[in-house]
Amino acid sequence: MATEILMPALSPTMEEGTLAKWLKKEGDTVAAGDIIAEIETDKATMEFEAVDEGILGRILIAEGTEGVKVNTPIAVMVEEGESVADAAPKTRTESGTKPEPEPSAKAEAPRTPAAPKPAARAPEPDWPEGTETRNQTVREALRDAMAEEMRREDTVFIMGEEVAEYQGAYKITQGLLDEFGARRVIDTPITEHGFAGLGVGAAFGGLRPIVEFMTFNFAMQAMDQIVNSAAKTLYMSGGQMGCPIVFRGPNGAAARVAAQHSQDYAAWYASIPGLKVAMPYSASDAKGLLKSAIRDPNPVIFLENEILYGKSFEVPVLEDFTVPFGKARIWREGRDVTLVSWGIGMTYALEAAKKLATEGISAEVIDLRTLRPIDYETVLDSLRKTNRCVTVEEGFPVGSISNHLSAVIMREAFDWLDAPVLNCTGKDVPMPYAANLEKHALVTTDEVVAAAKQVCYR
Amino acid sequence: MAARKGAATANVSRDDLMKYYRDMLLIRRFEEKAGQLYGMGLIGGFCHLYIGQEAVVVGLEAAASEGDKRVTSYRDHGHMLACGMDPKGVMAELTGREGGYSRGKGGSMHMFSREKHFYGGHGIVGAQVPIGAGLAFADKYLGNDRVTFTYFGDGAANQGQVYETYNMAELWSLPVIFVIENNRYAMGTSVKRSTKSPSLWERGAAYGIPGEEVDGMDVLAVKAAGDKAVAHCRAGKGPYILEVMTYRYRGHSMSDPAKYRTRDEVQKIREERDAIEHVRQLLLTGKHASEDDLKTIDKETKEIVNASADFARESPEPDVAELWTDIYADA
Ligand SMILES: Cc1ncc(C[n+]2csc(CCOP(=O)(O)OP(=O)(O)O)c2C)c(N)n1
Ligand SMILES: [Mg+2]
Repeated sequence: MATEILMPALSPTMEEGTLAKWLKKEGDTVAAGDIIAEIETDKATMEFEAVDEGILGRILIAEGTEGVKVNTPIAVMVEEGESVADAAPKTRTESGTKPEPEPSAKAEAPRTPAAPKPAARAPEPDWPEGTETRNQTVREALRDAMAEEMRREDTVFIMGEEVAEYQGAYKITQGLLDEFGARRVIDTPITEHGFAGLGVGAAFGGLRPIVEFMTFNFAMQAMDQIVNSAAKTLYMSGGQMGCPIVFRGPNGAAARVAAQHSQDYAAWYASIPGLKVAMPYSASDAKGLLKSAIRDPNPVIFLENEILYGKSFEVPVLEDFTVPFGKARIWREGRDVTLVSWGIGMTYALEAAKKLATEGISAEVIDLRTLRPIDYETVLDSLRKTNRCVTVEEGFPVGSISNHLSAVIMREAFDWLDAPVLNCTGKDVPMPYAANLEKHALVTTDEVVAAAKQVCYR
Repeated sequence: MAARKGAATANVSRDDLMKYYRDMLLIRRFEEKAGQLYGMGLIGGFCHLYIGQEAVVVGLEAAASEGDKRVTSYRDHGHMLACGMDPKGVMAELTGREGGYSRGKGGSMHMFSREKHFYGGHGIVGAQVPIGAGLAFADKYLGNDRVTFTYFGDGAANQGQVYETYNMAELWSLPVIFVIENNRYAMGTSVKRSTKSPSLWERGAAYGIPGEEVDGMDVLAVKAAGDKAVAHCRAGKGPYILEVMTYRYRGHSMSDPAKYRTRDEVQKIREERDAIEHVRQLLLTGKHASEDDLKTIDKETKEIVNASADFARESPEPDVAELWTDIYADA
């Protein structure tokens, strides 16, 4: 019986891939376990093994084809004696997911009198007009930032699990070992508390460590060194002993990796005096902020996101491009409502703004970019113009950055508010594994749209 | 198949050999099927296969008695099958369905069974080690003679909490067997690149814990070492360490291209040291079973695995209301 070979999913985030190479030809006999093709995923080139034995009857997708969706038939296997013509590709249906229920009905919010509207601050660009830019992924931008800083300053080094020979579990340190050697690009054993503390000591000792956590979920093993040693020593030493160190890695939910591997720690770190916290969304911010972080004399928590790693943005081609901490970026100007977000939350905020525009609501979208310090002024200026604000955050709702922003807005701009500030956050549950539940646990664009309409009384 | 030295085959019964063969084969076929379902997008996230390491859990489960406990890392499918959990429930958890052991909420890395005394499935490297000692603490406190098998990897062996646990376990004579599954790699890092200790089990000496190295590709050797460790624990003599030398054939997880080792290295071990092939040869040469008998077992195993996959595909997704359940126990 002819069977189809389908494009396999070879990583948690893979939706499509490149069929890089066929290692078997039509007519070749294949044994179970033979490598039949090489497939490039979003992370790496993987060897694809045959599951069953048979003859490669027909190749449906030529090598070199990019963007082949997972589960697309790529070849047909036939059995001994069967002709390839018998290999009629069948279509398959997998169990589908049910449509999402509508978000729950909105509650009436109290009105407050409208206040005079000041002129909004004009957004400053991050780079001079006319600067050449190029399209880069967040992954490449992060790597370039580290490489540039390592070229600039010999005391900068990187350590972490799989950062050197494996080129990074998420390929952020690709090529660094080749360029800088094993003295400066260091594979550690799996001992987060140990190497975080060692990094703190190295920083006290005059170096500028970049410590990569394979993901921030594992930084919980190292929490004591980050909070009690890195963040507090400058203060406790009366200003003598600073700790210039960057702790970086992916933070927040990836895809289907469940409760222990899907948590946004932004609010945790941002609550600690002595730490700085950056959480970029775009590639240019990832680059400019990471360079600033490495030069900063303080401990910086640099929260990346696995889902954003493969996303491309324009990055300026400049000798030395940095983005300062504490300066938000206005991605979209608007009149009716201010959407404030950071990191992956920006994906939902920007999508929501687009949808809202089709319904005649003009949303201003602000990316905080750093969570310690926070650029309150940009948020307040925008709010004094729109009189309405919705925050978008992936993390848990209780004790969130969103809660903090709401409090600051209430204190500083109460009279300008035409509606309560609403927080769109992840749900107050550990991340479930099941695909349908995971979707519900995360914040969604529809929830942001609904909240924006609610504060606009629409 | 190369001849093996030292393996005690004299006093092993046909029934035992047949059981080891069946149990190891079930794990292998189950894992192959899981790999297939992952490729089809039916399983998501991280999925760590146990192929190559089957003799470790099958040998140690043979040394365990009813009521003994076990806890391990994310590479946990084999442990669950070996301790008698239902393949259907395990596979349905891998696909994130209602019929799974955690009703779809835990996934491949986080599964549990009170009934079978399986305490997980833990995603954070090393975190299960003190938990295993805590399970043993509870048994000692309650005054029974149960032991806890606490499995962890060669990479996990470098986590600080392992040594904090060793100290307490020996200090309080806890009935816990620390099983280091040394499969030579922690993701892409070989043992040689992560430690200069010549052996991992010998680190126990610093805390006064006895232990030994075991050939993890020989289920009989694993069973024999397990018996010894269990006897030590049940006699109230405290913890014991088994460093079981094994090998994983597949990548670390489904997204690992495994470029840190050669295909030849994998191929050589598959050909010369495969644990299932070893028992197969013992069965055939000892005239305990014919080729036909083994074919029948292969067929039955495939049927069990296929039924688990069918169940895992047909079981519905959890009800959306499940999102909000199990966060707190009812007071
Ligand atoms: C605290 C922590 N750090 C890092 C990781 C990422 N990680 C998952 S498995 C793994 C390798 C562990 O290797 P080993 O202990 O030898 O077990 P094996 O996978 O070989 O069974 C790493 C680094 C993690 N899950 N938890
Ligand atoms: Mg290992």
